[in-house]
Amino acid sequence: MADESTQMDLLRFATAGSVDDGKSTLIGRLLLDSKSIFEDQLESVESTSKSKGYDYTDLALLTDGLRSEREQGITIDVAYRYFATPTRKFIIADTPGHVQYTRNMVTGASTADLGLVLVDARQGLTEQSRRHAVILSLLRVPHLVLAVNKMDLVDFSEETYEKIHTEFTQFATKLNIPDLVVIPISALQGDNVVNRSEHMPWYAGPTLMHHLEHVHVASDRDLVDVRFPVQYVVRPKSDAYHDYRGYAGQVAGGVIKAGDEVVVLPSGMTSRVQGIDLFDKEIDQAFPPMSVTVRLEDDVDVSRGDMIARIKNAPAPSQDIDAMVCWMTNEPLRPRQKLAIKHTTRTARALVKDVQYRLDVNTLHRDQDTKEIGLNEIGRVQLRTTVPLLCDPYAQNRTTGSFILIDEATGVTVGAGMINSAS
Amino acid sequence: MTQTHADYRLSQLDQLEAESIHIFREVAAEFEKPVLMFSGGKDSIVMLRLAEKAFHPSRIPFPVLQVDNGFDFPEVLACRDSWVNRLGVRLVVASVDDDIASGVIVDDGKTSRNRMQIGSLLNAIEVNGFTAAFGGGRRDEEKARAKERVYSHRDEFGQWDPKMQRPELWSLYNGRIHEGEHMRIFPLSNWTELDIWHYIDREQVEIPSIYFSHQRDVIERDGMLLSASEAVQPRGSETIQSRTVRFRTVGDMTLTGCVESAAGTTAEIIDEIAIARVTERGATRGDDRFSEAAMEDRKKEGYF
Repeated sequence: MADESTQMDLLRFATAGSVDDGKSTLIGRLLLDSKSIFEDQLESVESTSKSKGYDYTDLALLTDGLRSEREQGITIDVAYRYFATPTRKFIIADTPGHVQYTRNMVTGASTADLGLVLVDARQGLTEQSRRHAVILSLLRVPHLVLAVNKMDLVDFSEETYEKIHTEFTQFATKLNIPDLVVIPISALQGDNVVNRSEHMPWYAGPTLMHHLEHVHVASDRDLVDVRFPVQYVVRPKSDAYHDYRGYAGQVAGGVIKAGDEVVVLPSGMTSRVQGIDLFDKEIDQAFPPMSVTVRLEDDVDVSRGDMIARIKNAPAPSQDIDAMVCWMTNEPLRPRQKLAIKHTTRTARALVKDVQYRLDVNTLHRDQDTKEIGLNEIGRVQLRTTVPLLCDPYAQNRTTGSFILIDEATGVTVGAGMINSAS
Repeated sequence: MTQTHADYRLSQLDQLEAESIHIFREVAAEFEKPVLMFSGGKDSIVMLRLAEKAFHPSRIPFPVLQVDNGFDFPEVLACRDSWVNRLGVRLVVASVDDDIASGVIVDDGKTSRNRMQIGSLLNAIEVNGFTAAFGGGRRDEEKARAKERVYSHRDEFGQWDPKMQRPELWSLYNGRIHEGEHMRIFPLSNWTELDIWHYIDREQVEIPSIYFSHQRDVIERDGMLLSASEAVQPRGSETIQSRTVRFRTVGDMTLTGCVESAAGTTAEIIDEIAIARVTERGATRGDDRFSEAAMEDRKKEGYF
């Protein structure tokens, strides 16, 4: 038991869909059928369902977190849920699907390996489901599942499923979705969620749970291009470790090995990896997302915000950044605006040089007439930073290709950026 | 020999560890005066272990803060002292009794110790000028926690405003605060109760003995087994009975119930939890039982 569980791997997925699509019911179903819900939680939901006069247990109540939300019957923020099967642990970033909450979806998708979009079989694809797919694609979530829900309400019709399947597949060709699976389900009755449906013999694909358990995510990480943003310099200055100097950080890309020739950016100084420490053990190699401490052979000047990479494969330090930005505050993003920017372990200031276009996430239309990006809007911007960033295109590396923008007066996170290119 | 992607697989427990270590280092690098809130419970011990790993071979570069509510289990205090001595970290103790005596907090005779701890905690943060406080909260514990960020902003009054939370993307944490504000940091956000036990089992670290099965004099009250002590005496028809028990959480002795259990090792506890049907808080924490939104209310006021 103990051994098995410590060897489990991890899948982070983001769900999108509105209350009407049955998303909360589906999550409740996954938690219930994987036995991740405890008696007291189920009892509390049952009693609430009863007091509201429902004649079924409203599984959606399991995931409605805050009282202020329950009172309004809406979900206002990203909520994280956990469940596990014998082979995998799952972290769900559960995001509300309303039009005004793009920022929550972007937040939930930023760490996801897989995105789960729900549609109501009776409604077919809506503007909202297209928008969710666009956001997941922008955030480079590598795997997408379209769950066609409420199949019970369309008499488990293969024709209905095929129509939605075809329409969505066509739409998806315009996006960056490397892996797409379309599954017909009934979250309320449990068809094709954990157990195979007896009502849809025409469907030969996996159940949702089977797919979540088996989708291959290990190869989604960049294991070629070494990227090690230095987070913290470890200098014990104790008698036992008098000369110890280690650079602590989390590997963002590639496989670092002892003996590797490396370059420290932005200084350009070169050295060799003397050793890699994982707590009190010395290890041969480190890969994402390991948190390790790297020691170098030479006494080069390295500090937080620097990056260790390979000599012939290193990002070019750049102060001019071209990126897609999702804006998250009421006051719009405009040219000439100054903001703080946090990219890997480096914080700087950024000037908005230009807003190139605003992307309509429903139609993919690029609106070039506007120079503003409002709350919950996404657009392409040019930034100039006070110090060089050591970045890659987001399409290549989601860690070294992403940044957040911070309002310097309020300290609030106001934007999320994905780098197209740097020059 | 060429290596395949399968060689670069990290188990979920290793991924959680790597994520938590990243958070500890980020806070140590960006905040002027962090502190680790230590309850003596298993979650705070896992935090200490992760902090130890994050900065090795250096010492943990911040102190440990414990709020002494006057009703701590002696076994918990002994375990705390053992950890603090081994790691050589500075221990700051905020005492509820001292704070009542000096008038920092008011004991009106109606407020529970658990609630009064909030005052002691916020006072200690303010007096010491701590700008970031690590807490052992996990998102799987309770509904209100499911929406809390890893970096959770607190205003000048130490309050949490769930509607004003900052979006948290990728592993880019925003630690900006104004004078007088502080940040609560939850490095165990993505861990579940089972993950914590698997980690304790794997790391073989010391935890308070009351987590393991032992004989104890208990009183059954409102369906909970409370440890009999000076502060908890039988009422009415209640009697003191000796039972074989263990604690699933540690807190105020007068409020924290134990469960009947024969689990004497971490491995046995893991087996027991894997088949448990009631959440740890629902089973044994009197302080969460008062209302469905009890945790949400206490969090808004500045609870751990």
